[in-house]
Amino acid sequence: MLSKRIIACLDVRDGQVVKGINFEGLRSAGDPESLARRYNAEGIDELVILDVTATIEGRRALAATIHAVARELFIPLAVGGGIRTEDDGAAAIEAGADKVSLNTAALADPQLITRLAQRYGSQAVVVAIDAKRVGDRFAVFGRSGQRASEWDAVAWAREAESCGAGEILLTSIDRDGTKIGFDCEMTAAVSSAVAIPVIASGGAGSLDDFVDVFTAGRADAALAASIFHNAETSVRELKRRLHEHGIPVRL
Amino acid sequence: MSACALVDYGAGNLTSVKKAFAAIGVDIFVPSAPADLAAASAVIVPGVGHFSATRALAGEWTDAILERVGEGRPLLGICLGMHWLFEASDEAPDMPGLGVMSGTIVRLGDARLKGGSPSPIKVPHVGWNALAICRDSPLLSGVEPGSQVYFSHSYAAPLTSETIAVTEHGAPFAAIVQRGQIAGVQFHPEKSGEAGLQILRNFAELAR
Repeated sequence: MLSKRIIACLDVRDGQVVKGINFEGLRSAGDPESLARRYNAEGIDELVILDVTATIEGRRALAATIHAVARELFIPLAVGGGIRTEDDGAAAIEAGADKVSLNTAALADPQLITRLAQRYGSQAVVVAIDAKRVGDRFAVFGRSGQRASEWDAVAWAREAESCGAGEILLTSIDRDGTKIGFDCEMTAAVSSAVAIPVIASGGAGSLDDFVDVFTAGRADAALAASIFHNAETSVRELKRRLHEHGIPVRL
Repeated sequence: MSACALVDYGAGNLTSVKKAFAAIGVDIFVPSAPADLAAASAVIVPGVGHFSATRALAGEWTDAILERVGEGRPLLGICLGMHWLFEASDEAPDMPGLGVMSGTIVRLGDARLKGGSPSPIKVPHVGWNALAICRDSPLLSGVEPGSQVYFSHSYAAPLTSETIAVTEHGAPFAAIVQRGQIAGVQFHPEKSGEAGLQILRNFAELAR
Protein backbone atom coordinates (compact mmCIF):
# COMPACT_ATOMS: atom_id res chain seq x y z
CA MET A 1 0.00 0.00 0.00
CA LEU A 2 1.22 3.49 -0.83
CA SER A 3 2.73 5.15 2.24
CA LYS A 4 1.73 8.59 3.42
CA ARG A 5 4.80 10.77 3.09
CA ILE A 6 6.40 12.94 5.75
CA ILE A 7 8.29 15.83 4.21
CA ALA A 8 10.68 18.17 5.99
CA CYS A 9 11.06 21.70 4.74
CA LEU A 10 14.35 23.54 5.07
CA ASP A 11 14.00 27.31 4.74
CA VAL A 12 17.42 28.31 3.49
CA ARG A 13 18.89 31.80 3.50
CA ASP A 14 22.50 32.50 2.56
CA GLY A 15 23.38 28.85 2.90
CA GLN A 16 21.85 28.44 6.39
CA VAL A 17 18.56 27.00 7.56
CA VAL A 18 16.55 29.75 9.21
CA LYS A 19 13.61 29.83 11.66
CA GLY A 20 12.41 27.01 13.83
CA ILE A 21 14.94 26.99 16.63
CA ASN A 22 12.80 29.46 18.54
CA PHE A 23 9.94 31.84 17.96
CA GLU A 24 12.00 35.00 17.84
CA GLY A 25 12.37 35.80 14.18
CA LEU A 26 14.89 34.43 11.76
CA ARG A 27 17.66 32.58 13.54
CA SER A 28 19.97 30.02 12.10
CA ALA A 29 18.90 26.44 12.75
CA GLY A 30 22.08 24.95 11.38
CA ASP A 31 23.54 24.09 8.03
CA PRO A 32 21.22 22.40 5.53
CA GLU A 33 23.45 19.40 4.89
CA SER A 34 23.61 18.45 8.58
CA LEU A 35 19.87 18.80 9.06
CA ALA A 36 19.15 16.90 5.86
CA ARG A 37 21.46 14.12 7.00
CA ARG A 38 19.75 13.92 10.39
CA TYR A 39 16.27 13.79 8.86
CA ASN A 40 17.39 11.12 6.43
CA ALA A 41 18.75 9.02 9.29
CA GLU A 42 15.41 9.44 11.09
CA GLY A 43 13.51 8.23 8.04
CA ILE A 44 12.20 11.38 6.37
CA ASP A 45 10.55 10.53 3.04
CA GLU A 46 11.35 13.65 1.12
CA LEU A 47 13.01 17.07 1.53
CA VAL A 48 11.99 20.51 0.36
CA ILE A 49 14.57 23.27 0.22
CA LEU A 50 12.84 26.61 0.20
CA ASP A 51 14.98 29.55 -0.82
CA VAL A 52 14.07 32.57 1.26
CA THR A 53 16.91 34.68 -0.11
CA ALA A 54 16.43 37.37 -2.67
CA THR A 55 20.05 38.15 -3.47
CA ILE A 56 22.19 36.87 -6.33
CA GLU A 57 24.82 35.71 -3.83
CA GLY A 58 22.16 33.73 -2.00
CA ARG A 59 21.05 32.10 -5.25
CA ARG A 60 24.57 30.85 -5.97
CA ALA A 61 24.80 29.52 -2.43
CA LEU A 62 21.49 27.75 -3.00
CA ALA A 63 22.83 25.82 -5.99
CA ALA A 64 25.78 24.72 -3.84
CA THR A 65 23.37 23.64 -1.08
CA ILE A 66 21.21 21.62 -3.51
CA HIS A 67 24.32 19.99 -4.91
CA ALA A 68 25.69 19.14 -1.46
CA VAL A 69 22.40 17.65 -0.23
CA ALA A 70 21.70 15.71 -3.44
CA ARG A 71 25.22 14.26 -3.51
CA GLU A 72 24.73 12.18 -0.39
CA LEU A 73 20.97 11.75 0.10
CA PHE A 74 19.04 9.48 -2.20
CA ILE A 75 15.48 10.52 -1.46
CA PRO A 76 13.36 12.97 -3.47
CA LEU A 77 14.42 16.58 -3.19
CA ALA A 78 12.22 19.51 -4.18
CA VAL A 79 13.38 23.10 -4.45
CA GLY A 80 11.18 26.17 -4.33
CA GLY A 81 11.27 29.88 -3.70
CA GLY A 82 11.91 32.47 -6.37
CA ILE A 83 11.61 30.15 -9.37
CA ARG A 84 10.29 32.64 -11.92
CA THR A 85 11.43 31.29 -15.26
CA GLU A 86 12.07 28.03 -17.05
CA ASP A 87 15.79 28.76 -16.65
CA ASP A 88 15.42 29.11 -12.85
CA GLY A 89 13.70 25.73 -12.75
CA ALA A 90 16.32 24.18 -15.01
CA ALA A 91 19.13 25.52 -12.80
CA ALA A 92 17.61 23.90 -9.69
CA ILE A 93 17.13 20.59 -11.50
CA GLU A 94 20.62 20.62 -13.02
CA ALA A 95 22.01 21.23 -9.51
CA GLY A 96 20.33 18.04 -8.32
CA ALA A 97 16.71 18.83 -7.44
CA ASP A 98 14.17 16.20 -8.52
CA LYS A 99 11.25 18.60 -8.40
CA VAL A 100 10.75 22.33 -8.54
CA SER A 101 8.00 24.08 -6.67
CA LEU A 102 6.29 27.00 -8.41
CA ASN A 103 4.06 29.52 -6.70
CA THR A 104 3.87 33.21 -7.67
CA ALA A 105 5.31 32.65 -11.14
CA ALA A 106 2.73 29.94 -11.91
CA LEU A 107 -0.10 32.29 -10.92
CA ALA A 108 1.28 34.95 -13.26
CA ASP A 109 2.00 32.49 -16.08
CA PRO A 110 0.35 29.05 -15.77
CA GLN A 111 2.10 28.01 -18.98
CA LEU A 112 5.35 27.92 -16.98
CA ILE A 113 3.94 24.77 -15.37
CA THR A 114 3.38 23.27 -18.81
CA ARG A 115 6.80 24.22 -20.15
CA LEU A 116 8.64 22.71 -17.18
CA ALA A 117 6.43 19.60 -17.26
CA GLN A 118 7.14 19.10 -20.95
CA ARG A 119 10.86 19.50 -20.37
CA TYR A 120 11.27 17.41 -17.22
CA GLY A 121 8.01 15.48 -16.79
CA SER A 122 5.03 16.26 -14.57
CA GLN A 123 6.63 14.43 -11.65
CA ALA A 124 9.22 17.22 -11.54
CA VAL A 125 6.69 20.05 -11.17
CA VAL A 126 5.02 20.88 -7.87
CA VAL A 127 2.60 23.78 -7.71
CA ALA A 128 2.62 25.43 -4.29
CA ILE A 129 -0.67 27.05 -3.33
CA ASP A 130 -0.81 29.46 -0.39
CA ALA A 131 -4.42 29.98 0.61
CA LYS A 132 -6.45 31.48 3.41
CA ARG A 133 -10.09 31.53 4.31
CA VAL A 134 -11.97 34.57 3.09
CA GLY A 135 -15.65 34.11 3.85
CA ASP A 136 -16.49 30.64 2.58
CA ARG A 137 -13.69 30.62 0.01
CA PHE A 138 -10.11 29.44 0.17
CA ALA A 139 -8.48 32.46 -1.42
CA VAL A 140 -5.12 31.95 -3.14
CA PHE A 141 -2.33 34.44 -2.51
CA GLY A 142 0.99 34.94 -4.30
CA ARG A 143 4.20 36.66 -3.25
CA SER A 144 4.52 34.85 0.08
CA GLY A 145 0.94 35.59 1.01
CA GLN A 146 1.21 39.29 0.17
CA ARG A 147 -0.78 39.51 -3.03
CA ALA A 148 -4.34 38.25 -3.47
CA SER A 149 -5.12 36.40 -6.68
CA GLU A 150 -8.52 35.80 -8.22
CA TRP A 151 -8.28 32.08 -7.66
CA ASP A 152 -9.96 29.80 -5.17
CA ALA A 153 -7.64 27.00 -4.02
CA VAL A 154 -9.81 24.18 -5.41
CA ALA A 155 -10.18 25.81 -8.84
CA TRP A 156 -6.49 26.74 -9.01
CA ALA A 157 -5.42 23.22 -8.04
CA ARG A 158 -7.57 21.83 -10.87
CA GLU A 159 -6.11 24.35 -13.30
CA ALA A 160 -2.55 23.55 -12.18
CA GLU A 161 -3.25 19.85 -12.67
CA SER A 162 -4.58 20.43 -16.17
CA CYS A 163 -1.46 22.52 -16.99
CA GLY A 164 0.72 19.55 -16.08
CA ALA A 165 1.53 19.85 -12.38
CA GLY A 166 2.50 16.54 -10.79
CA GLU A 167 1.71 17.47 -7.19
CA ILE A 168 0.08 20.25 -5.17
CA LEU A 169 1.77 21.68 -2.06
CA LEU A 170 -1.10 23.34 -0.20
CA THR A 171 -0.23 25.73 2.61
CA SER A 172 -2.78 27.29 4.92
CA ILE A 173 -1.73 30.89 5.53
CA ASP A 174 -4.13 30.99 8.50
CA ARG A 175 -2.42 28.05 10.17
CA ASP A 176 1.19 28.72 9.18
CA GLY A 177 3.35 28.94 12.28
CA THR A 178 0.39 28.58 14.66
CA LYS A 179 1.01 24.91 15.59
CA ILE A 180 -2.75 24.44 16.06
CA GLY A 181 -3.06 21.81 13.36
CA PHE A 182 -3.47 21.65 9.60
CA ASP A 183 -6.54 23.08 7.86
CA CYS A 184 -8.05 19.65 7.25
CA GLU A 185 -11.21 20.97 5.64
CA MET A 186 -9.31 22.92 2.99
CA THR A 187 -6.89 20.03 2.41
CA ALA A 188 -9.75 17.56 1.92
CA ALA A 189 -11.53 19.94 -0.46
CA VAL A 190 -8.45 20.23 -2.68
CA SER A 191 -7.40 16.58 -2.36
CA SER A 192 -10.85 15.38 -3.42
CA ALA A 193 -10.87 17.70 -6.43
CA VAL A 194 -7.67 16.51 -8.10
CA ALA A 195 -6.13 13.17 -9.05
CA ILE A 196 -2.58 14.26 -8.29
CA PRO A 197 -1.12 14.01 -4.77
CA VAL A 198 -1.72 16.84 -2.32
CA ILE A 199 0.90 17.77 0.30
CA ALA A 200 -0.59 19.53 3.33
CA SER A 201 1.37 22.28 5.01
CA GLY A 202 0.91 24.92 7.68
CA GLY A 203 -0.05 24.41 11.31
CA ALA A 204 1.70 21.19 12.32
CA GLY A 205 2.13 21.21 16.08
CA SER A 206 1.46 17.78 17.54
CA LEU A 207 1.73 14.22 16.32
CA ASP A 208 -2.05 13.97 16.27
CA ASP A 209 -2.24 16.87 13.82
CA PHE A 210 -0.61 14.57 11.29
CA VAL A 211 -3.07 11.77 12.07
CA ASP A 212 -5.91 14.23 11.41
CA VAL A 213 -4.56 15.55 8.12
CA PHE A 214 -4.08 12.01 6.75
CA THR A 215 -7.59 10.93 7.77
CA ALA A 216 -10.03 13.86 7.82
CA GLY A 217 -7.75 15.96 5.59
CA ARG A 218 -7.27 13.20 2.98
CA ALA A 219 -3.70 14.39 2.44
CA ASP A 220 -1.22 12.25 0.53
CA ALA A 221 1.76 13.82 2.29
CA ALA A 222 2.36 16.32 5.07
CA LEU A 223 5.10 18.88 5.32
CA ALA A 224 6.53 20.60 8.38
CA ALA A 225 9.59 22.65 9.20
CA SER A 226 10.04 23.97 12.70
CA ILE A 227 8.67 21.02 14.66
CA PHE A 228 11.40 18.84 13.18
CA HIS A 229 14.23 21.39 13.49
CA ASN A 230 13.98 21.66 17.26
CA ALA A 231 14.29 17.87 17.56
CA GLU A 232 11.42 17.64 20.03
CA THR A 233 9.44 15.77 17.41
CA SER A 234 11.51 13.15 15.68
CA VAL A 235 10.41 11.82 12.34
CA ARG A 236 10.69 8.28 13.68
CA GLU A 237 8.41 9.01 16.63
CA LEU A 238 5.87 10.63 14.31
CA LYS A 239 5.86 7.66 11.96
CA ARG A 240 5.39 5.23 14.84
CA ARG A 241 2.36 7.20 15.97
CA LEU A 242 0.89 7.18 12.46
CA HIS A 243 1.55 3.45 12.18
CA GLU A 244 -0.30 2.88 15.48
CA HIS A 245 -3.28 4.66 13.96
CA GLY A 246 -3.25 2.32 10.97
CA ILE A 247 -1.88 4.96 8.61
CA PRO A 248 0.58 3.41 6.12
CA VAL A 249 4.09 4.86 6.48
CA ARG A 250 7.63 3.89 5.59
CA LEU A 251 9.16 2.81 8.89
CA MET B 1 36.74 -2.57 -16.05
CA SER B 2 34.89 -0.44 -18.52
CA ALA B 3 31.98 1.73 -17.52
CA CYS B 4 28.20 1.38 -17.65
CA ALA B 5 26.46 3.43 -20.32
CA LEU B 6 23.59 5.67 -19.27
CA VAL B 7 21.51 6.33 -22.37
CA ASP B 8 20.26 9.92 -22.63
CA TYR B 9 17.31 10.10 -25.04
CA GLY B 10 15.90 13.37 -23.72
CA ALA B 11 13.35 11.84 -21.33
CA GLY B 12 14.00 13.66 -18.10
CA ASN B 13 17.05 14.63 -16.16
CA LEU B 14 19.88 12.19 -15.51
CA THR B 15 21.56 14.05 -12.63
CA SER B 16 20.06 11.90 -9.86
CA VAL B 17 20.97 8.62 -11.58
CA LYS B 18 24.53 9.81 -12.15
CA LYS B 19 24.90 10.88 -8.51
CA ALA B 20 23.59 7.55 -7.24
CA PHE B 21 26.10 5.57 -9.31
CA ALA B 22 28.87 7.92 -8.22
CA ALA B 23 27.91 7.29 -4.59
CA ILE B 24 28.30 3.52 -5.00
CA GLY B 25 31.59 3.90 -6.89
CA VAL B 26 30.40 2.71 -10.30
CA ASP B 27 31.75 4.49 -13.39
CA ILE B 28 29.09 5.78 -15.73
CA PHE B 29 29.32 7.46 -19.11
CA VAL B 30 26.66 9.01 -21.30
CA PRO B 31 27.20 7.80 -24.88
CA SER B 32 26.83 10.53 -27.48
CA ALA B 33 26.18 8.10 -30.33
CA PRO B 34 24.98 4.47 -30.55
CA ALA B 35 28.49 3.36 -31.61
CA ASP B 36 29.80 4.46 -28.19
CA LEU B 37 27.83 1.62 -26.61
CA ALA B 38 30.42 -0.83 -27.89
CA ALA B 39 32.61 0.12 -24.91
CA ALA B 40 29.85 -0.33 -22.32
CA SER B 41 30.07 -3.06 -19.69
CA ALA B 42 26.32 -2.62 -19.13
CA VAL B 43 23.53 -0.41 -20.43
CA ILE B 44 21.08 1.62 -18.36
CA VAL B 45 17.97 3.16 -19.93
CA PRO B 46 16.44 5.64 -17.47
CA GLY B 47 13.61 7.99 -18.24
CA VAL B 48 10.52 9.70 -17.04
CA GLY B 49 7.57 10.99 -18.99
CA HIS B 50 5.45 9.74 -21.87
CA PHE B 51 6.07 6.43 -23.65
CA SER B 52 6.26 8.31 -26.96
CA ALA B 53 9.60 9.76 -25.76
CA THR B 54 11.14 6.33 -26.38
CA ARG B 55 10.69 7.02 -30.10
CA ALA B 56 14.17 8.58 -29.86
CA LEU B 57 15.53 5.07 -29.15
CA ALA B 58 14.14 3.55 -32.36
CA GLY B 59 16.62 2.59 -35.04
CA GLU B 60 20.34 2.74 -34.31
CA TRP B 61 20.06 2.96 -30.52
CA THR B 62 17.79 -0.08 -30.46
CA ASP B 63 20.18 -2.00 -32.71
CA ALA B 64 23.21 -1.09 -30.57
CA ILE B 65 21.41 -1.99 -27.33
CA LEU B 66 20.22 -5.33 -28.72
CA GLU B 67 23.77 -6.04 -29.88
CA ARG B 68 25.09 -5.53 -26.32
CA VAL B 69 22.28 -7.68 -24.94
CA GLY B 70 23.19 -10.37 -27.48
CA GLU B 71 26.72 -10.33 -26.07
CA GLY B 72 25.28 -11.00 -22.61
CA ARG B 73 25.90 -7.54 -21.19
CA PRO B 74 23.39 -6.47 -18.55
CA LEU B 75 20.59 -4.05 -19.43
CA LEU B 76 18.59 -2.11 -16.84
CA GLY B 77 15.47 -0.09 -17.61
CA ILE B 78 14.31 2.41 -14.99
CA CYS B 79 10.66 3.60 -14.90
CA LEU B 80 9.92 4.65 -18.50
CA GLY B 81 13.05 2.74 -19.48
CA MET B 82 11.48 -0.37 -17.95
CA HIS B 83 8.26 0.18 -19.92
CA TRP B 84 10.32 0.36 -23.11
CA LEU B 85 11.61 -3.20 -22.49
CA PHE B 86 8.07 -4.52 -23.06
CA GLU B 87 6.27 -5.17 -26.34
CA ALA B 88 4.04 -2.10 -26.19
CA SER B 89 2.34 0.44 -23.95
CA ASP B 90 -1.24 1.67 -23.91
CA GLU B 91 0.25 5.13 -23.36
CA ALA B 92 1.36 5.24 -27.02
CA PRO B 93 -0.30 2.25 -28.69
CA ASP B 94 1.13 2.92 -32.15
CA MET B 95 4.72 2.59 -30.94
CA PRO B 96 6.48 -0.70 -30.29
CA GLY B 97 8.76 -1.23 -27.32
CA LEU B 98 12.02 -3.18 -27.41
CA GLY B 99 10.05 -6.39 -26.85
CA VAL B 100 12.58 -8.20 -24.65
CA MET B 101 9.91 -8.58 -21.94
CA SER B 102 6.53 -10.05 -22.79
CA GLY B 103 3.37 -8.07 -22.26
CA THR B 104 1.87 -4.62 -22.65
CA ILE B 105 2.13 -1.70 -20.21
CA VAL B 106 -1.30 -0.54 -19.01
CA ARG B 107 -2.61 2.42 -17.02
CA LEU B 108 -2.89 1.97 -13.24
CA GLY B 109 -6.51 1.14 -12.48
CA ASP B 110 -6.85 -0.86 -15.73
CA ALA B 111 -8.77 -4.12 -15.35
CA ARG B 112 -5.83 -6.02 -16.82
CA LEU B 113 -3.98 -5.43 -13.52
CA LYS B 114 -5.74 -8.21 -11.64
CA GLY B 115 -6.07 -9.30 -8.07
CA GLY B 116 -5.46 -7.61 -4.77
CA SER B 117 -8.18 -5.72 -3.00
CA PRO B 118 -9.43 -3.11 -5.46
CA SER B 119 -9.72 0.27 -3.79
CA PRO B 120 -9.97 3.84 -5.05
CA ILE B 121 -6.52 5.08 -5.97
CA LYS B 122 -4.88 8.28 -7.09
CA VAL B 123 -3.03 8.20 -10.38
CA PRO B 124 -0.15 8.99 -10.70
CA HIS B 125 1.17 6.66 -8.01
CA VAL B 126 3.67 8.92 -6.26
CA GLY B 127 5.59 8.00 -3.14
CA TRP B 128 7.07 5.14 -1.16
CA ASN B 129 5.60 1.67 -1.47
CA ALA B 130 6.68 -1.82 -0.47
CA LEU B 131 8.38 -4.50 -2.55
CA ALA B 132 6.99 -8.02 -2.16
CA ILE B 133 9.73 -10.28 -3.44
CA CYS B 134 8.34 -13.23 -5.37
CA ARG B 135 11.50 -14.72 -6.84
CA ASP B 136 15.09 -14.93 -5.67
CA SER B 137 17.50 -12.97 -7.77
CA PRO B 138 21.05 -11.63 -7.42
CA LEU B 139 19.45 -8.25 -8.13
CA LEU B 140 17.71 -8.45 -4.75
CA SER B 141 20.70 -9.60 -2.75
CA GLY B 142 20.74 -7.75 0.57
CA VAL B 143 17.29 -6.20 -0.01
CA GLU B 144 14.87 -6.95 2.82
CA PRO B 145 11.40 -8.16 1.77
CA GLY B 146 8.96 -5.31 2.38
CA SER B 147 11.60 -2.64 1.73
CA GLN B 148 9.97 0.53 0.51
CA VAL B 149 11.10 2.31 -2.64
CA TYR B 150 10.06 5.52 -4.38
CA PHE B 151 7.60 5.40 -7.28
CA SER B 152 6.33 8.07 -9.65
CA HIS B 153 4.28 6.70 -12.55
CA SER B 154 0.82 6.35 -14.10
CA TYR B 155 1.37 3.19 -16.18
CA ALA B 156 2.64 -0.20 -15.06
CA ALA B 157 3.41 -3.75 -16.15
CA PRO B 158 1.03 -6.62 -15.33
CA LEU B 159 2.49 -9.59 -13.46
CA THR B 160 4.20 -12.18 -15.63
CA SER B 161 6.66 -15.02 -15.12
CA GLU B 162 9.41 -12.39 -15.45
CA THR B 163 8.19 -10.48 -12.38
CA ILE B 164 10.57 -10.82 -9.42
CA ALA B 165 9.02 -8.22 -7.10
CA VAL B 166 5.47 -6.96 -6.83
CA THR B 167 3.98 -3.72 -5.52
CA GLU B 168 0.33 -2.95 -4.95
CA HIS B 169 -1.49 0.29 -5.75
CA GLY B 170 -5.15 -0.57 -6.16
CA ALA B 171 -3.97 -3.82 -7.76
CA PRO B 172 -0.62 -5.61 -7.92
CA PHE B 173 1.81 -4.68 -10.69
CA ALA B 174 5.39 -5.62 -11.56
CA ALA B 175 7.86 -3.54 -9.53
CA ILE B 176 10.91 -5.44 -10.82
CA VAL B 177 11.18 -7.71 -13.84
CA GLN B 178 14.15 -9.80 -14.83
CA ARG B 179 15.02 -12.21 -17.58
CA GLY B 180 18.63 -13.29 -17.54
CA GLN B 181 20.84 -10.24 -17.79
CA ILE B 182 17.90 -7.93 -18.58
CA ALA B 183 16.10 -6.17 -15.73
CA GLY B 184 13.59 -3.39 -15.29
CA VAL B 185 12.52 -1.45 -12.22
CA GLN B 186 9.31 0.56 -12.06
CA PHE B 187 10.50 2.69 -9.14
CA HIS B 188 13.46 5.07 -8.96
CA PRO B 189 16.35 3.24 -7.25
CA GLU B 190 18.33 6.49 -7.37
CA LYS B 191 15.70 8.06 -5.06
CA SER B 192 14.92 5.07 -2.87
CA GLY B 193 17.43 5.40 -0.08
CA GLU B 194 19.64 2.46 0.88
CA ALA B 195 17.35 -0.18 -0.67
CA GLY B 196 17.60 1.56 -4.04
CA LEU B 197 21.37 1.92 -3.88
CA GLN B 198 21.67 -1.78 -2.99
CA ILE B 199 19.71 -2.74 -6.12
CA LEU B 200 21.99 -0.53 -8.24
CA ARG B 201 25.06 -2.17 -6.62
CA ASN B 202 23.62 -5.57 -7.42
CA PHE B 203 23.03 -4.55 -11.03
CA ALA B 204 26.61 -3.26 -11.30
CA GLU B 205 27.80 -6.64 -9.99
CA LEU B 206 26.03 -8.36 -12.92
CA ALA B 207 28.31 -6.34 -15.22
CA ARG B 208 31.51 -7.65 -13.66
